[in-house]
Amino acid sequence: MGGLYVNRTRLILVALVVVLACALPFVLSSYRVFQFNMVLVYAIVLLGLNMLTGFNGQISLGHGAFYAIGAYVAAVLMDHWGVPYWVTVPVAGVICFIAGFLFGLPALRLHGHYLALATFALGISMPQILKYKGLEEWTGGVQGIVILKPEAPFGLNISQDQWLYLFTLIIALVMFWLAWNLLRGRIGRAMVAIRDHPIAAEAMGIDVAAVKTLTFGVSALYAGVGGALGAIVVQFVAPDSFVALVSITFLIGIVIGGLASISGVIYGALFIQFVPNIADEISKAAPWAVYGLFLLAFIFLAPAGIAGFVRALWARLTTGSTRKKRAAQTQET
Amino acid sequence: MAGSINTSKVAESQQANSVLLRVAGITVRFGGIVALDDVSFDVRRGEIAGLIGPNGAGKTTLFNCLSRLYDWQNGSIEFEGTPLADVRRHRVAELGIGRTFQNLALFKTMSVRDNIKVGAHCRSRGGFLANALRLPLTGREEPKVDARTETLIELLELGEVADIPAVDLPFGTQKRVELGRAIAAQPSLLLLDEPAAGLNHQEVETFIELIRRIHEELSLTILLVEHHMNLVMRVSDRVFVLDFGRKIADGTPDEIRRDPEVIRAYLGTDS
Repeated sequence: MGGLYVNRTRLILVALVVVLACALPFVLSSYRVFQFNMVLVYAIVLLGLNMLTGFNGQISLGHGAFYAIGAYVAAVLMDHWGVPYWVTVPVAGVICFIAGFLFGLPALRLHGHYLALATFALGISMPQILKYKGLEEWTGGVQGIVILKPEAPFGLNISQDQWLYLFTLIIALVMFWLAWNLLRGRIGRAMVAIRDHPIAAEAMGIDVAAVKTLTFGVSALYAGVGGALGAIVVQFVAPDSFVALVSITFLIGIVIGGLASISGVIYGALFIQFVPNIADEISKAAPWAVYGLFLLAFIFLAPAGIAGFVRALWARLTTGSTRKKRAAQTQET
Repeated sequence: MAGSINTSKVAESQQANSVLLRVAGITVRFGGIVALDDVSFDVRRGEIAGLIGPNGAGKTTLFNCLSRLYDWQNGSIEFEGTPLADVRRHRVAELGIGRTFQNLALFKTMSVRDNIKVGAHCRSRGGFLANALRLPLTGREEPKVDARTETLIELLELGEVADIPAVDLPFGTQKRVELGRAIAAQPSLLLLDEPAAGLNHQEVETFIELIRRIHEELSLTILLVEHHMNLVMRVSDRVFVLDFGRKIADGTPDEIRRDPEVIRAYLGTDS
């Protein structure tokens, strides 16, 4: 009975957030719509990274690389072969899944700091790989690729920005639904079991190597889908958009939002999209110092991430109200 | 509900006295140290067997061979006729060997309920795709896992703490959770590594009751390693004694108590 109540409130909350997200492009300026569009893109990427790092315990300081691969797959397909933009998204996902799975194989032998360094190596080398002369015909080298903004389909009377936002929102909802199913079930439990105690996980019959490599693949798939959408939204890809800092920013996103939390990636995405802007407004001279202060403040005030903070707050509110209800009932009797 | 957990096992266990686990001439060396030296014994279906021995006798080493954590150099282990050497580590649970760990190996951040559900992992199939897309397979499996988990939570009296992360529970309760996780895999052989270690007198009594109950209700075969002599002698049908990696005795608790070799190994006297 208690469980059902919690599930219903949760469902109502999710529905409210979805309605709000649908309404956003019709009440905000087109620049704000673009910003929130990027929030959705980041949320997808962070969801994948959180699966890998938060749930499965494999740290990645190189997810910017998969994000870049996704973006370039979309850009090259559209620019070179005239593939429709919506087709490029799943293709980018599949290619990144394969890349992530392959990277996950050697990663099996690496733990903790060493895995962090190995993934960082991938992240830091990506911009230069993208500039490589041999690939210039497709990647456009240092210049990158400019992409045309797609029109709204079916004769919908909405702007291109509004349509792109809604398109991203639909894909984000699908990706969240899939992740929710995956993480709440048998495989999600296996991921966390491996993070908590790999030897016991194996003794319980979990194929640790298979789950870890597939998680790496799925995580990269999410980064790739995010990358493709990001490229379409920004209408431009260039090597310098995918520096190593992008990977670090993603890690910041999942930690600030809340490790091993699905809702946390939304808070994390809002943070990495808006806090740099806010920092820039506060101080044009030292925006990174202000950003650093924000980081410290969040780490100290919400050590379990924003999701953990919200959960604790919610628990306090609901136990408070049930206590009041109980008190009222005892007064009645 | 409790009866439905292991109905097929009841029929199996009725073939009394058939050998479930056969350990034949196992030798394990770590560098120059011989941890197990030509150890052989059989565990029969339906019995509770105890494995005792002083510190460093090789008890846990033997357990780790049974769950394929260690490799052995000589000899063979057969479970229901299957050579364990051919079984990959994560397939041992599916084969029917469940275990608990000496120093507890719970999934700390997971709730009691989820810990037990992970125990059932080897009895379900749904992979990444089936789970993410909620294919019919997942729809069929998850309710079964849920039902079995609730039955075990009831059996082990863990209802009050079912939603609490394992790490936040007292040691004695954690031991029960680990037991529940092991049983959730529907093993035919349950390996208990020092189940009484760290428990107080009262908790040991409760644990003895619990072991007897699950042995009976789930018709399990149990092999337990224990320092706690009283516990081993009271619950075991048969006892094996290891000393410095070699088996020095094998018999009923009464026989073991009178065995001069065992007395010498434990008390160090020259009888």
